[in-house]
Amino acid sequence: MKDNDSAQAFAAAVRAAYDADTPLEIIGGGTRRAFGREPAGQPLSVAAHTGIVEYDPAEFVVTVRAGTPVAALDELLGRERQTLTVDVPRLGAASTIGGALAVGLTGPSRPYGGALRDAVLGVRIVSGTGEILRFGGQVLKNVAGFDVARLMVGAYGTLGLLLDVSLRLARRAEVEEVRDLAVDWRAAHAALRRWEGALPVTGACYADGALHVRLAGREERVAAARRVVGGETGEPALFDDLRDLRGSFFARPGDLWRLLVPSDAPWEPRETLIDWAGAQRFWRLSGDPGPVFEYATRWRGQAMRLMGADRSQGPWAPSAPATMALMGRIKAAMDPRAIFNRGRLYPDW
Amino acid sequence: MNDIAESNRCPWPAAFMRRLKRILPADGLLQKSSDVTVYECDGLPVYRARPLAVALPRTAAEVGQVLALCTEYDVPIVARGAGTGLSGGALPHPEGIVLGLARLDRIVAIDPDNRLARVEPGVRNLAISEAARSFGLFYAPDPSSQIACTIGGNVAENAGGVHCLKYGLTTHNILALKFFTADGTLHEIGGPTGEAPLDLCALLTGSEGLLGVVVEVTVRLWSRPLTTVAWLAAFRSLEAAAASVSQVVSEGIVPAGLELMDGLALSAAQDYTGIRYPEGSAAVVLAEVDGDDLAVALDGERLRAIFAAHGAFALQQASRDEDRRRLWLGRKSAFPAVGRLAPDYYCMDGTIPRRSLVSVLTEIAALSRSYGRPVANVFHAGDGNLHPLILYDAAVPGQLEQVEALGAEILRLCLRHGGTISGEHGVGVEKLDGMCAQFSAAELAAFHALKSAFDPHHLLNPGKAVPTPARCVEPGGMHVHGGRLPFSRLERF
Repeated sequence: MKDNDSAQAFAAAVRAAYDADTPLEIIGGGTRRAFGREPAGQPLSVAAHTGIVEYDPAEFVVTVRAGTPVAALDELLGRERQTLTVDVPRLGAASTIGGALAVGLTGPSRPYGGALRDAVLGVRIVSGTGEILRFGGQVLKNVAGFDVARLMVGAYGTLGLLLDVSLRLARRAEVEEVRDLAVDWRAAHAALRRWEGALPVTGACYADGALHVRLAGREERVAAARRVVGGETGEPALFDDLRDLRGSFFARPGDLWRLLVPSDAPWEPRETLIDWAGAQRFWRLSGDPGPVFEYATRWRGQAMRLMGADRSQGPWAPSAPATMALMGRIKAAMDPRAIFNRGRLYPDW
Repeated sequence: MNDIAESNRCPWPAAFMRRLKRILPADGLLQKSSDVTVYECDGLPVYRARPLAVALPRTAAEVGQVLALCTEYDVPIVARGAGTGLSGGALPHPEGIVLGLARLDRIVAIDPDNRLARVEPGVRNLAISEAARSFGLFYAPDPSSQIACTIGGNVAENAGGVHCLKYGLTTHNILALKFFTADGTLHEIGGPTGEAPLDLCALLTGSEGLLGVVVEVTVRLWSRPLTTVAWLAAFRSLEAAAASVSQVVSEGIVPAGLELMDGLALSAAQDYTGIRYPEGSAAVVLAEVDGDDLAVALDGERLRAIFAAHGAFALQQASRDEDRRRLWLGRKSAFPAVGRLAPDYYCMDGTIPRRSLVSVLTEIAALSRSYGRPVANVFHAGDGNLHPLILYDAAVPGQLEQVEALGAEILRLCLRHGGTISGEHGVGVEKLDGMCAQFSAAELAAFHALKSAFDPHHLLNPGKAVPTPARCVEPGGMHVHGGRLPFSRLERF
């Protein structure tokens, strides 16, 4: 993969935007533009900022330019029989690693391999004043300075323009397979708990009365796990589709919500999709989001609107006023003139 | 070396003290010299300053009131847990109060169904695992001071430990936090899975008490592994041992822990604990793998082959709890053991990419020879976190300066190999100069801007963790720190 470093050009563009007080909409592959509120600003494409800054397979760490497509990175890592430690959604062939970090979603591997932010070791960014800054590093343990690198994950690009990111890697599974079991959700949840730490489960979702379990790892372990889990052989692409928000559930009409709840919360209503072994629920809902918030409140969880028809609504409901004010000051510290993705996360950001 | 001035003059108005006393329980305010002496330093006792007052609240509400009062009177606050930190992060401020959080020690709830525990900041690290044990669960990050250190301190420092390689650091195991900003405002961040609009948990974790005072922590619990096996491989050279570690990493094997001890550390541990290492060991690697039986067996097979291929001449295996404890004993007590080899030692904490282990250790050995100062190595090899221990005698004129220069060279070496000045001990007051080497002026300015976003009057632990731009242009190398560890029998690192 050819290395194209546009950092200086981006820094100059941000400085000019800062001086002129004009906002910028950061665009990578453009596959996540429907996420979040409608941002104001001149489009700034970062898609040409691609390539591998550093990759030593023996170290299990890669440093990659933010405009690199997730699929291209995955293919490169695959040649060394390696992979990212988590499922990173790709919403199309053009989906970039920078976009994935900005939205911060983690695929079905989440309860077993951690969050996307857990895999982040360091970043290089352009700040809201046009300076190139580096936080974190390329090593697993690093407590020097505040953890600004992880703060970038899920901030919808409102705190800085991502240039490069260092990610921890893992060995690619030798074999992978999906098992399907027709059970009710309570029994499914109990079984998942039983298998935790005992079997090489790397994903578990539940929909339409069936539990789908992904097993991955060395051949002997997967074979042994198959005998314990039972069920029928499932569709291998199911978890890729889930990771990428594809497939029949996601094709339904309505706003797309995700709810983060205790994993043992009940399966209701029945047209929802359970991911993360119970801890994440996808809902498709048109109109009044009341039931989403009702469910989230009842089960002491959170609701997040991933995509909606009404772009004036943000992904997250506002936090408590004092915490909103604190977050506003953090935004101002990183991007004092609100140049980046203005309005995308919150109206006045 | 220690530029913290001491003052015997109480700088605050009488009304401040009166109101502070009213907020706290009857025994919650210490001022007598004999009472506050214990708070004058943390686990890095070369930095000492006697606090003017120590506040010991029992509830989160009291913490909030103390902070609001301090903001009203512009009084700096240094929050403190058990005081086991190793970078001077809890060093008292000459004009401030120490806010001791050890009495907030309730385990609020253990939720086995959702694999989490809600605890107050003064709960000891090990107490969480003890409370979770009956549910078959445990809290994974295990700094070696875990019997004494508190979870609040772990959050402040983003504490590591032996098992971080597989289970992550503190930051990977925190789901939610309740904290006060300096003005006494309560914030609740995170959620059942740790997701949030802005990842403030990441920002708070490892912020060394500069951004907020945590009053409740929700931690992730893990299922206890079904099987655990520890291995000890003995090598005739440090290089071979380090090379075997690099190969374990390069094959993508992730043991729960992967540690290395060199010859000097081994002989110290042998004298201290009485355990015998294989005759002729120049270095040993300790590896622990856990999981289900099959996974442990497969990893164990590979480890055995790798160690043999790199010339391990003795290999010991332990699976029963007591046998594993024996295997780990020398490692766990290596720091107090090395402490007996010389009047003083200086412990470093740099991290490097694992592929550089052999070359960095070789260079450290060469530096040790050229400075004439012995260096013992005992460290978290699997994640590249070095703890070179430079032996010296502070009473001998010139040795301190030698150690100072040698330490600075080792940290520069770590940075040159793409590493960091601190893997897990934090910056505190100790590594402020190293921060100038690792970060640019603009990056340091960004840290200060974030600090101001949380704490506009810079009342929380001011002067720690992030150096002022002015300090970074001053000439001079890294500061030196020796001295004996308090709680010298406590297991460390």
